[in-house]
Amino acid sequence: MSIYTKTIAQLAQGLKDKEFSSVEITQHYLERIKKSDLNAFITLTDELAMKQAQTADDKIAAGTSNILTGIPYAHKDIFCTKGVKTSAGSKMLDNFISPYDATVSHQLNQADTVMLGKVNMDEFAMGSSNESSFYGAVKNPWDTNKIPGGSSGGSAAAVAGGLSCFATGTDTGGSIRQPASLCGITGLKPTYGRVSRYGMIAYASSLDQAGPMTKTAQDAAIVLNAMAGFDEKDSTSAEQDVPDYTANLNDSIKGLTIGLPKEFFSEGLDDDVASQVMNAIKEFEAMGAVVKEISLPNSAYAIPTYYIVAPCECSSNLSRLDGVRYGYRCENPKDLEDLYSRSRSEGFGSEVKRRIMIGAYALSAGYYDAYYLKAQKTRHLISEDFKKAFHDVDVIMGPVSPTTAFDLGSVKDPVSMYLADIYTLSANLAGLPAMSIPAGFSNKLPVGLQLIGNYWSESKLLNIAHQFQLQTDWHQQMPQED
Amino acid sequence: MEWETVIGLEIHAQLNTKSKIFSSASTKFGQAPNSQACAVDLGLPGVLPVLNVEAVNKAIKFGLAVNAHINQRNIFDRKNYFYPDLPKGYQISQMDLPIVGEGEIEIKIGDETKVIGVTRAHLEEDAGKSVHDMFNEYTAIDLNRAGTPLLEIVSEPDMRSAKEAVAYAKKIHALVQYIGICDGNMQEGSFRCDANVSIRPMGQEELGTRAELKNINSFKFIERAINLEIERQQDILEEGGKIVQETRLYDAVKHETRSMRSKEEANDYRYFPDPDLLPVEITDELIESIKASLPELPVEKKARFIAELGLNEYDADVLTSQKSLADYFEIMLKDNEKNAKLCANWVMGELSASLNKYQLDIENSPISANNLSQLIARIGDDTISGKIAKDVFKAMWDGEGSADAIIESKGLKQVTDTGAIEAIIDEIIANNTPQVEQFKSGNEKILGFFVGQAMKASQGKANPKLINQLLREKLG
Amino acid sequence: MSLSEQEVTQIAYLARLSLSETELKDNTKDLNAILGLAEQLGAIETDGIEPMAHPLHMTQRLRADVVTEEDHSELFQSIAPKIGNKHYLVPTVIE
Repeated sequence: MSIYTKTIAQLAQGLKDKEFSSVEITQHYLERIKKSDLNAFITLTDELAMKQAQTADDKIAAGTSNILTGIPYAHKDIFCTKGVKTSAGSKMLDNFISPYDATVSHQLNQADTVMLGKVNMDEFAMGSSNESSFYGAVKNPWDTNKIPGGSSGGSAAAVAGGLSCFATGTDTGGSIRQPASLCGITGLKPTYGRVSRYGMIAYASSLDQAGPMTKTAQDAAIVLNAMAGFDEKDSTSAEQDVPDYTANLNDSIKGLTIGLPKEFFSEGLDDDVASQVMNAIKEFEAMGAVVKEISLPNSAYAIPTYYIVAPCECSSNLSRLDGVRYGYRCENPKDLEDLYSRSRSEGFGSEVKRRIMIGAYALSAGYYDAYYLKAQKTRHLISEDFKKAFHDVDVIMGPVSPTTAFDLGSVKDPVSMYLADIYTLSANLAGLPAMSIPAGFSNKLPVGLQLIGNYWSESKLLNIAHQFQLQTDWHQQMPQED
Repeated sequence: MEWETVIGLEIHAQLNTKSKIFSSASTKFGQAPNSQACAVDLGLPGVLPVLNVEAVNKAIKFGLAVNAHINQRNIFDRKNYFYPDLPKGYQISQMDLPIVGEGEIEIKIGDETKVIGVTRAHLEEDAGKSVHDMFNEYTAIDLNRAGTPLLEIVSEPDMRSAKEAVAYAKKIHALVQYIGICDGNMQEGSFRCDANVSIRPMGQEELGTRAELKNINSFKFIERAINLEIERQQDILEEGGKIVQETRLYDAVKHETRSMRSKEEANDYRYFPDPDLLPVEITDELIESIKASLPELPVEKKARFIAELGLNEYDADVLTSQKSLADYFEIMLKDNEKNAKLCANWVMGELSASLNKYQLDIENSPISANNLSQLIARIGDDTISGKIAKDVFKAMWDGEGSADAIIESKGLKQVTDTGAIEAIIDEIIANNTPQVEQFKSGNEKILGFFVGQAMKASQGKANPKLINQLLREKLG
Repeated sequence: MSLSEQEVTQIAYLARLSLSETELKDNTKDLNAILGLAEQLGAIETDGIEPMAHPLHMTQRLRADVVTEEDHSELFQSIAPKIGNKHYLVPTVIE
């Protein structure tokens, strides 16, 4: 079995058994990345990686290692990494060498992981196809004519394509789950406030949440153990105990009540995707789970709600990119207004500009009530729907994306692109934890199953996903290599 | 036509916390440019604000001191606009739910007392500083001040003259120093004023269109800028023109205000709740404990000075008008409890006159409160007379030493030795027979002549009371 | 309701973006399409519903007033577009 097919748990065992060293694993991955044409990486930190691998090997030899010691990963380029370019997929930050570490970067360093590099993403995490990146689109490892999903497309492609053992992602409206689904890997968006947002370049502050993208639920639990936790630098991070997320993986799920929202299986969902999802549900039934139809009546409004709330927050969050203190500045600005408008117009791509303008408009005098405030109220209704649903069920399941990965360049108008987020947005609006796990294939492209849990139920979700992965082998499939 | 002026003030008081409102960088003034602008203050991508507990406590303190309602749930909003000294492209402020709600404060104009309403006070972050004269082609930005906590105190449009506006501003200025939330240093920009000024025909209910005067950094300028603005508005209205609502910048050097309209027009601040900060919740217990820790407020102090020290209303008012003045006075009281009135006279008389003459603040007085206190004590225990005390004061002002040292070295101690004074008096009586005769024939006034002679002979050091007493005895 | 090109220009100015002719046309079309999507919200009854600004019902945690930051201005300014006398420089601003 080749190294790149191994999970964290398997690599950790191999390192412990001296089957291979971290330096060897790291070299193996670096070579694969250099040969790859997926465009998954923006920055390769090979020298740093080799150093970290050597340090990891020393620790393993000294017996002071932990399960993540020496495990290589791909870091989404939205997390600030001290001394390493942090671009957020934008020309605006193409020259930004971060002077500080994000809390997540720090935590992964503390866990002795090996950072292979910074991976591609939709510009400032705005996109569902990874085509809005200044560094070009990432290709889907299952079919290089297809999109990998977004915004954490580089992360998903890196893991699915065997370029990294695991990756970090961020999810504002589905940006971990949708690419995980389209690339056939496991992705977890934790409860809002579970993982620190400090140093994670903000898109929509009240929705953004970081999480692991891995080969298996077990790996996701291992990585979440390192990422989760209260951070005094983030006012929105929760002072909530962090359990050992691997502790309950083997619990039985007999008697589990699964809610299937009828709104998730209506018009717009590809038939074949629907049947793959239903097959997975049947698998759960076979394992002793009980299925119940539920309704999330306001989830139909998740798209308009999200596409007001997120742009409002992003229009303000991205104002700091003004060409004054860091980042892109236009050539020879003739005055201050010219400096602002040219730096921003030349530095941002079209999708980012579009969302900034929507937000600026929705917050402006005379429109605030009709758009922003209205959306914050419907957001409340959407989250109430979940509250009610979780009285009756333990977990909600459904599709992640209405279709499998579509062709690169095939979706041109923004509204059609937004519609693809229909099933993932609600969990962000409510702040709930949610996962995507591999659940089958349609036309040789992966289909993901979405699991949405109640607040702070990451352990439960990981347990459910792990039990499913004990019974199925969808997560073990990897794209054929030439 | 007769016009009525309507003024409301917006005061920005920098709260004297050690660290900034949303970051752990220092707020110290006058440091190397940008040396105190940390990642959060610079608005680097990914950074997040965390609220400083002291900023909250100090805002509550202010609210309690003006009898205001404290909003126990208050929210931070973002005020969005682009300016180079505003690093994030938005200022974190409070819009709909400020920490301090409605309150009030009394001012005094002559003998009249007037209550001015405080509409609200909210927490926000200060911006950095733009330096326009360092480079020819560039404006230079120093972000050390960015993120310093500000309490913006908004008044009701309750003031009717520039004088009232100044009285209100001074009252707030004194108050924030009393309760120890702001150093009040106007030169360093710790206490800044904007004035909303409008005029309307006397008797009209409806408010006129207002102009906002910005950048007024001394009490003198508040009065000048407002009076200038009143004149400008009157001229326009009397010529049949219309006032435009706008922001005007006061230029103290040219003594003029000029419009900043071009900038104002395009502003749409797009306020919305800051998603990086959560609602602030203030418990009853916290309010109670802050209430308990409040120092004596100026009104309370004034009442005590009248009731316990027997000062008159005017003296008590002046002595409590500034915290530094009241502090000075109270230090003097420690050793002069029975001479409170005398202390008050000296502080408001000799000391104030000298400070005014040299344009010094009481904090910079060459005579410390303890030293002046010693001088008063020497008057009180008859060591020196009030007249000699003035000479001692002068010497103290010139830095010649403490009151006791000067009295000692110059030999100014009042002569209270009966024998010595008797000798002087005997001599005067012997040398002025005609005057003695006049006194004996009933001319009481002539006694003053003998006193004067005796004082002269003793070089002012003889105790006048003793002279009087001995003269009467000897002259029979 | 529909946004005119003039309104889009005004919005772009608020956001300090300048749009070329084509960008203006495209954005006017796209923004109107997105706002059309948002119009759907009008169908929901939201009277008396609290707006939800945060997913969690938490309150703000307060930080102790302690200075822990050190001077990193040299590092911060090493990535700045233009520095002079330790200041960030922008074209002259006329007040």
